[in-house]
Formats: sequence, C-alpha cells, structure tokens
Amino acid sequence: MSRAPRAAQLGIIGCHVCGLVCRAPTGDDAACPRCGAALHRRKRDSIGRTWALLAAAFILYIPANVLPIMRTVSLGDIDDNTIISGVVELWVKGSPSLAVIVFTASIVVPMTKFLVLGTLLASTQRRSRWALRQRAKLYRAVEFIGYWSMLDVFVVALLTALVRFGFFSEVEPLPGVVFFGLTVILTMFSSMSFDPRLMWDGPDDD
Amino acid sequence: MTEQNPREDLPEPVVRKHRFSLSLIWLVPALAALVGLSLVVHAWLQAGPEINITFQTAEGLESGKTPVKYKNVVIGKVTGLDLTEDRERVRVTVALNKSAESFATKGTRYWVVRPRIGLGGVSGVDTLLSGAFIGTDVGDSKEEQYEFAGLETPPAVLHGAPGKSFVLHTDDLGSLDTGSPVYYRRIQVGRVSSYTLDKDGKGVSLRIFIDGPNDRFVTRGTRFWNASGVDVSLGANGLKLNTQSLATVIAGGVAFEEPRGPHDATPAPEDADFALFNDEATAMAPPDGPPRYIRMRFNQSLRGLAVDAPVEFLGVNIGKVVSLTMDYDAKHTRFPLTVGAVVYPQRLGNAYDKLAAQAGMKDGRVDLARMFGPLVAHGLRAQARTGNLLTGQLYIALDFVPKAPKASFDLAATPIELPTAPGSFDKLQEQLADIVTKVQKIPFDSIGHNLNQTLADLDRTLKQVNGDVLPELKGTLKGAQRTLGSADNALSADSPLQQNLGGTLEELRRMARSLRALTDYLGVHPEALIRGRPDDPPPAQPERIQPPARQGSKP
Repeated sequence: MSRAPRAAQLGIIGCHVCGLVCRAPTGDDAACPRCGAALHRRKRDSIGRTWALLAAAFILYIPANVLPIMRTVSLGDIDDNTIISGVVELWVKGSPSLAVIVFTASIVVPMTKFLVLGTLLASTQRRSRWALRQRAKLYRAVEFIGYWSMLDVFVVALLTALVRFGFFSEVEPLPGVVFFGLTVILTMFSSMSFDPRLMWDGPDDD
Repeated sequence: MTEQNPREDLPEPVVRKHRFSLSLIWLVPALAALVGLSLVVHAWLQAGPEINITFQTAEGLESGKTPVKYKNVVIGKVTGLDLTEDRERVRVTVALNKSAESFATKGTRYWVVRPRIGLGGVSGVDTLLSGAFIGTDVGDSKEEQYEFAGLETPPAVLHGAPGKSFVLHTDDLGSLDTGSPVYYRRIQVGRVSSYTLDKDGKGVSLRIFIDGPNDRFVTRGTRFWNASGVDVSLGANGLKLNTQSLATVIAGGVAFEEPRGPHDATPAPEDADFALFNDEATAMAPPDGPPRYIRMRFNQSLRGLAVDAPVEFLGVNIGKVVSLTMDYDAKHTRFPLTVGAVVYPQRLGNAYDKLAAQAGMKDGRVDLARMFGPLVAHGLRAQARTGNLLTGQLYIALDFVPKAPKASFDLAATPIELPTAPGSFDKLQEQLADIVTKVQKIPFDSIGHNLNQTLADLDRTLKQVNGDVLPELKGTLKGAQRTLGSADNALSADSPLQQNLGGTLEELRRMARSLRALTDYLGVHPEALIRGRPDDPPPAQPERIQPPARQGSKP
C-alpha cells in the first residue's frame, strides 16, 4: 500500500515525554536516552487506566451534583446551592448569561468529556475504523477544554476568599465542591492517560 | 532449524489471558464508589421519618430550605410544599433527622415562627432576616404519627414547662389576647395561653399559665383582675395614676393578688376556675354572690339616671341600674319609667345572712321577695336621688321613707318589683314650687299702690311744714336770740347790775363782820347791854375791823 510505514514496522519508538525517536527496545525496561523516561510503544494499559479514571470521575460526579457546593449567607439568610440550583437561581435572578456560562462549565463540559472519552474508549477497544479523523479531533478538543471545567471551583474559592462580611454576607464552600473538583481532575487524568495512537493501531495491526 | 521453522518445532507458549488482572488504577474508581456509597449510607442513616404538617398558609416557608427547630436546634427540613386536596390548607412535607424520630409522635405541635410584631412585644426578630422556621413542641406520647395540623400561632406554653394553668371566667375579653402577660405584684409570672367563648356565648373563658415556681402564689382565695386600664384616681392626696405597666395599658394584661385579711391560702389546683374582675377595686371587694334582678317603676322624670348608675341600700352600694324602659299608663295618661337593676344582696354582709335566714330559700336561691317584703312593709322605698348636683346625675337609693303611704308588694312576682317614692330631688322641686306659688300670692301690686299713696301724703305734709311752720319757727328763733342777747348784756361783767350786785355783797360782808364783833363783845361783856360800852377803846388791831362793823351797824 501507499500508506506511510508505522513506527513499529520500522522498529523505532518515540519517547512519551521528550519525543526522542530511538530504536525499539528488545526488553521491557527501556529508558529514554535523553530524558530518562520509560519507553513504551504505547502508553501502558491506556484503555484500562482511562476507563478506571473515567469511571471514578463519573461516580464522584454524582455527589458533586447532589451535594451543595456553596453556602451564601446574606443578612442571616442562609442559602445552600447545588450546581443546578445555582444555575437556576442565576437564571431566575436575571443573569441568564452567567447562568449559561456556569451551566456550560459545570454540566455541559464534564458530561461532554464523559461522553466523548467513553465513545473514544469504546470505539478504540472495538478497533473501529469509523470516523477516525473526527475522533482524533474530538480527543484534542477534550484535552483542550479539560482545564476550563474547574470554573466552579474557582468561583467558590474566589468568593469564599473575597466575601467575608460576617453576618451581612458570607460565602462558604460545601462538600460538593470537593467532589466536583475531584471529578474534573479525574477526567483530566483520564484524558491524559488515553493514548490516541491506539485509535489508529486497530485497523492495521491485525 | 529453529529459525526456519519456528512454528512447527517450538512448543506453543502458554498464553495467559489475564483479562481480569486488575491494575492498581482501578483502586481509584473503587475508592470513589466507596466514598459515594458511604455518602448514600450516611444520608440513609441520617434520614428520619417524613411527616406532613398542614398550615393555613405557606408564607415564609421554602422547600428545601426552611428548617424545623426544637429549642433552636435544627431537627429537620422542609422538603416539599403542596396544597391539600381540598385546597383549604398547605401541606408541608418535612424530613426529620434520624435523631428526631421522637418528634413524629402524637402530641407534637408544630407552628411557623415568623416575625410577629404585636402590642405585647416583638417576637421572632431573628426570622426577619433568616426567614421563617417551623417551631416544635414535643409531647409525652410514644404513639407514632406522621400527619399533623400545624398551629397558626405559637403555643403560649411549651410542654413540660413548670407551672400551672388556670381558667378565668369573664364577661368579655377586653384587650386581652393570647400571650398577654399575667402579673403578680407587677412582676410578670405568666401569660394568657388561650381563650374561648363559653358554650352559651355569655362569657369568655381564658386559660392562663403561671410559670413555676410562682404558680404557688395562686391560692384558692386569689383574685384576678384585668389590669389593662389606667386607673386614675383623684383623692385627697392628689392625682394618682395606677397601672401595671405601659405594655398592659396598650396590650392588656391580667394581674392577681390575694385579698387582704384572712383567706384560704392553700395553693389552687391545676385548672382551677376563677373569676376575672374588671379592676382591682372590684376584685378586692368581698365576694358579690350571685346577682339578682329587681325592677322599679317611677312616676317621675328620671333625667340624669343612666345605665350603670349605682343602687344603694342605706348608702351601701349593692348593685347597678341595667335598664331604663318607658311605659304608658293609659288610665292616668302617664309615662311611668321602669328601671331594671342588678343587685348583689350579699354585699349587705351580715345583714344579708340574717335576712336570708328569715326569708328562706326558693328555687335553690334565697327568696328575695320574702326578704324584701317585711322591709317594704316598714317603709322601704326606692328613690331616685341626685348624686351629683353639678351634673344632675341620679342614683337609686333604697331607703326607709318615714310615713310612706302603704304600697302593694307582690311576693310572687318575678322579678320582684320594689315600690318607689318620689325622690329627694323631686321633693325639693315640689317645695320650691310651693314657695314660688306662695310668693306669687303676695299682692305686690296693691302693696306698691298703697306705698305710693303714703309717699304722696308724706310729700304733701312736708310741703306744708316747709311753707307754714318753718317761717314761724324762724321768727321764734330770732326772738329767742334777741332775748338771749339782752340777757347776755345784762349779765356781762361790766354791766351796772353786776357792779351794784358786787357792792351789795360787799356791804353784806361788812355787816356780817360787825355783827360778829358785836356778838363776840357781848359774849365777854354781857353787862354792856345795860351799862353800855366802857370808854377804853378796843386794841388798835381790831380797830381796822371795827369800822366796817360800826359802819355796818349804822344802817
């Protein structure tokens, strides 16, 4: 075929960390001659790890949504908000744009990540050749947006630090925000541990 | 060899398909699952019973936010608000904490604590900002219950609070309300916990709660009165203003105290009944006993007699006027007034006891008619008297009228009707009228006429006196003056009469002297009468005296 040869066919391997191309090692414990990182043809146990982290993130995403993330006290009026109730409150109280942003960052983005990573993993596992390019773009998109879903955590952290007026106004973080932060971190780990090259392996290996 | 045909020579490697060789990474989701599970278990363990409370309104309640508190400790949270099927009330679903299971029992009371600003004070200020919450008071019962009817107002008495409640009976509620304070020596010791209209609608029963340990001050003899008003009394000591507290003036209150003097000092039992008097004075007065109704017919104007005017028996206030109705007597074309009064015969004290013993009982009560009968026979009459000359207010006096005309008294009539006599004011008026008619009978006209004639006669007489008598008198007086003037002239010191008179008198003196000398000489020389006088002259000294005597003897 006129296809470009694969690294494995040429007996070479790329370092995951510094990208140095070396000869494929014969043994198991090979290290990059430049940066010292362990050399693997593919990320080790990528699918399994990604699945595990994704599952953990998903499990933690449930309490993150159920438990309140923030307590606002204004003039003695204590108000506990979960993510969704916060979005609803913002919408009702006349800041729909803010509501959309928070909703996107806290609901849309994590859900998209679960869906996209799940799809990628499933299709990769099945060595599907379906829409490979689009899947690659999807992966890059997930990697990109990953950082931005910490918005809620930032908001809570900032408000907690800034709004401290005792009885008149106070913002307090509640357990939900911890779970939400863990969810975001785990999805990031999950997408990091996924080796997109596996997508391309499938069709040619067997 | 081996290189050429590896597939045939070499043994098949054992391929260990450890598909389930879980890497350590799976500990992460396991841990997450564990955390999630623990949360679920925790929530499940924390979840207590769910109860429904119905309220009139859901004002201030918010689903998922409004807490349920007992002694200010959160024991649950409102999880849902809904209308009842009949749309009459609001059903509030409350998720109680696990630890608050005992609150889902019979006898537990729930109410919404909202800011309440009443005259008696402000309550629930904290809820102004933090929002309403549901208050709880738990009972003793262990019987489970999950449906409750919420109270609309906070209960005045919490379960298990030390103290006692008592029931007060009064005619009307006045300005009292649930929560109105109860004072003992001006210290608040309790409050009104509830009030209900009596079944017959003729009074109000108030339930009050006295906090322990002050409840022991409520004895069987204790008197309660409504301390709502301002008691202003103007006495010899000046103006005196007496109230319990400013709050009671506005919001009302009840005060109690033991009457002075001997009384039953055993503490009253729980739920004992008491009468609530209108003021301290009536509360402290000896007990009135049951009121009795009497009627009186007056054949006179009763201007100034008002409802509530006192009825006095020999000056003792025994009741008050309750009604004034006019009747028409066609025979005499008169308008008699029927005065209805409520009297408390027991206020007569010992007199009542003795009279009652005489009169005996009828229908379970003292026979008032037979009690009054003999008194009426002795001249007891009702009179409308003036109590206040300035305002002309009347009161009814039951007094013995001397020489009263015989009056009929119906022993069987109910209510009894006392005979009346014209009141003192009436008598006064009659006397005045008498005087006026007498004065009118005096013939002022003829008196005036006669007086006029007399005066004219006098005038005439005076004129005569002036014209005739006075000039004559003048002449007479002039004559008299002349006479006096001549007399004056005649008697003046230098007048000849006077001088002659002086000379005459001198001569008389001389004569008297010579007479004495003669008599003296004759006394010594009586012979001289016969012989005459010897020649020897008398001594020289008497010589001077002798010549006048000689001279005098000459004439």
